[in-house]
Amino acid sequence: MKKVLVLGATSAIAQATVRLLSARGVALYLVGRHAERLEAVARDARTRGASRVETEVLDLDDLSQHEALVARAEAALAGLDGALLAHGILGDQAQAQGSYAETEKVLRTNFLSAVSLLTPLANRFESQRTGTLVVISSVAGDRGRQSNYVYGASKGALTVFLQGLRNRLAPAGVAVVTVKPGFVDTPMTAAVKKNPLFASPEAVARGLLRAVDAGRDEVYLPDFWRPIMFLIRGIPERVFKRLKL
Amino acid sequence: MKRERTSWGRHPRVTAEREHPVSWASEALPEPPPGGSLLPHGLGRSYGDACRNEGGALLTTERLDHFLGFDPATGVLRCESGVTLDAILRLVVPQGWFLPVTPGTKFVTVGGAIANDVHGKNHVREGTFGRHLRRFELLRSDGSRRECSPTQNADWFGATIGGLGLTGLVTWAELQLRRVSTPYILQETVPFENLEGFLALLEASERDFEFNVAWVDSLARGRHLGRGLFYRGDHAPPQLDAVPRTRAPAPRLQIPFDFPQFALNRVSVAAFNALQYRLRPQGLVHYEPFFYPLDAVHGWNRIYGRQGFLQFQCGVPMTLAGTDALREVLDRSAHSGMPSFLTVLKVYGALPSPGWMSFPQRGFSLALDFAHRGERTLRLVDELDALTRRAGGRVYPAKDSRMSPESFRAYYPEHERFRGYVDPAFSSSFWRRVNGAR
Ligand SMILES: Cc1cc2nc3c(=O)[nH]c(=O)nc-3n(C[C@H](O)[C@H](O)[C@H](O)COP(=O)(O)OP(=O)(O)OC[C@H]3O[C@@H](n4cnc5c(N)ncnc54)[C@H](O)[C@@H]3O)c2cc1C
Repeated sequence: MKKVLVLGATSAIAQATVRLLSARGVALYLVGRHAERLEAVARDARTRGASRVETEVLDLDDLSQHEALVARAEAALAGLDGALLAHGILGDQAQAQGSYAETEKVLRTNFLSAVSLLTPLANRFESQRTGTLVVISSVAGDRGRQSNYVYGASKGALTVFLQGLRNRLAPAGVAVVTVKPGFVDTPMTAAVKKNPLFASPEAVARGLLRAVDAGRDEVYLPDFWRPIMFLIRGIPERVFKRLKL
Repeated sequence: MKRERTSWGRHPRVTAEREHPVSWASEALPEPPPGGSLLPHGLGRSYGDACRNEGGALLTTERLDHFLGFDPATGVLRCESGVTLDAILRLVVPQGWFLPVTPGTKFVTVGGAIANDVHGKNHVREGTFGRHLRRFELLRSDGSRRECSPTQNADWFGATIGGLGLTGLVTWAELQLRRVSTPYILQETVPFENLEGFLALLEASERDFEFNVAWVDSLARGRHLGRGLFYRGDHAPPQLDAVPRTRAPAPRLQIPFDFPQFALNRVSVAAFNALQYRLRPQGLVHYEPFFYPLDAVHGWNRIYGRQGFLQFQCGVPMTLAGTDALREVLDRSAHSGMPSFLTVLKVYGALPSPGWMSFPQRGFSLALDFAHRGERTLRLVDELDALTRRAGGRVYPAKDSRMSPESFRAYYPEHERFRGYVDPAFSSSFWRRVNGAR
């Protein structure tokens, strides 16, 4: 990845990844909602060695902008061979249960907006026959649990979409990397009580880039989540539905 | 993992403290908790309660860590206040720059370095950290933002440097780095037999070397009182680049648990001192072991056990009274039955800091570490404090957890003027203590 579009660039995982990419001297097109935050991330990237940094303030919930956004990024960097989709919201499960509007908000940000961005990106990368799409999904998408199934469903749908996309793009040599972090200590989880399962955004970013460099398709971060999720997926539904998870 | 937040000395223990992570310099400050106050917090490398706020909230700056710009032609660096000295070195050393002043650990933030106006082994030549600040932004609880420099809002500049985090939150700062040719230090280690031996080495060392610091064998008494090793060095010139050198530090050790009380006693300290006395690094050494020998052992404060430890660091003038005080402090602790694990002697030059409350003054600095053994440790440190006061010296707030309000007022004559600049929503455990409030 030499010319990378970063969506949700002010999220903690994206920031940590941007730092690592900057040290490699990549060119970046950073997209986020808050102008001042985006500016801090951009300056940080420039100082750390990014060869070029462009920014755009945009609310990615506005899907109508996506085609044009991808075109602008490509024009600004004179090409594009990587994209990191890191925007997402946790939402409020209790509220979502009471109101479809809340549920739709989560699905729109986490799933629909990702699909809407991946569509033009995939088409470009497929026709240029090179590129890497890195998308942050979640372990929560591996199985629905009563405590956060709306968020889980948005990420689960994303994971399945990415499987199909990978299958389609493989012949064109385009990589699709599904990143499934567990709990990450970020502002998004500020209200959640921390336990030893929490990882730092820096650790997740390092694992993410390692997976990209190694050409992996799907990666759990940290990797102890792979066996945990294997077990959780294996619990029969009959038993699972009685568990308090 | 959620670790328990403690100060470096892990004493006093503070239980009721909230945390407000500050992630963006552009954000407003949160409201203080009911009946409580706010206090900025860096990496908690202060030993005592200057970085604690019992009953209040800490504005944690771990995520306030963006670089804002670096000009490799001039060495001017601008960054947010949660950036660590470690991160700065990793960025600038490969580009031929170094920190003009660094304390004995690189795990401190720029904000923490400003608020304690830290100093290094080159105080004689470069003064404190505050001297190398070009400007910073101060965010107050009323929402106002002030850009402060020696010429702009100069009074806020002076109040905030060494201002113990009480004047507001420093959001970003701009510093002038210094050029170096290599990451190496040309080092010399010279043994001395006693305090007189140290004093005899001083003049030539100050003249010929930028970095000067001495380790003192805390158990030596009588005519060996103050025996130790003088470490001195300079940034290595470029032509030495081809000379063999010590490698960059090995992988870090980690102290995995709190040592039991009995682990630190006269015998183990004596063994450590004997070993230390034999190790005499010479020649080209990497900057890490030279400046940050303790950083190689992560969590070394845990060797002091659950009770934590007290560091006592005093500065005394370079007078007869000053050297007498040094001798007495060393003598008291050598005879106390509570040996100091690590005793460090330094010199401060006459360069003034822009900070009103800055600690270093021309003279000597002596730092001792005592495992915390309850009342008798506190009594010993109180005695050392009294000796310091009598000699016209002062104690370093960054290392303190017990100085009295009277001592504080005697040590820091500018405290009255400073008080007018303290943010009404800010306070710390230290500040309430030295003002006689709990
Ligand atoms: C092994 C070791 C060696 C040391 N050697 C030296 C030495 O040689 N010389 C020396 O001078 N000191 C030395 N120290 C002390 C250390 O340098 C200081 O205590 C330093 O201030 C710690 O920085 P911190 O980022 O951990 O800040 P903290 O300890 O978390 O906080 C220190 C103070 O800074 C304030 N603060 C933090 N961030 C901000 C901000 N953004 N805005 C305003 N205020 C802020 C806090 O409120 C507090 O008052 C040493 C400490 C250790 C552990």
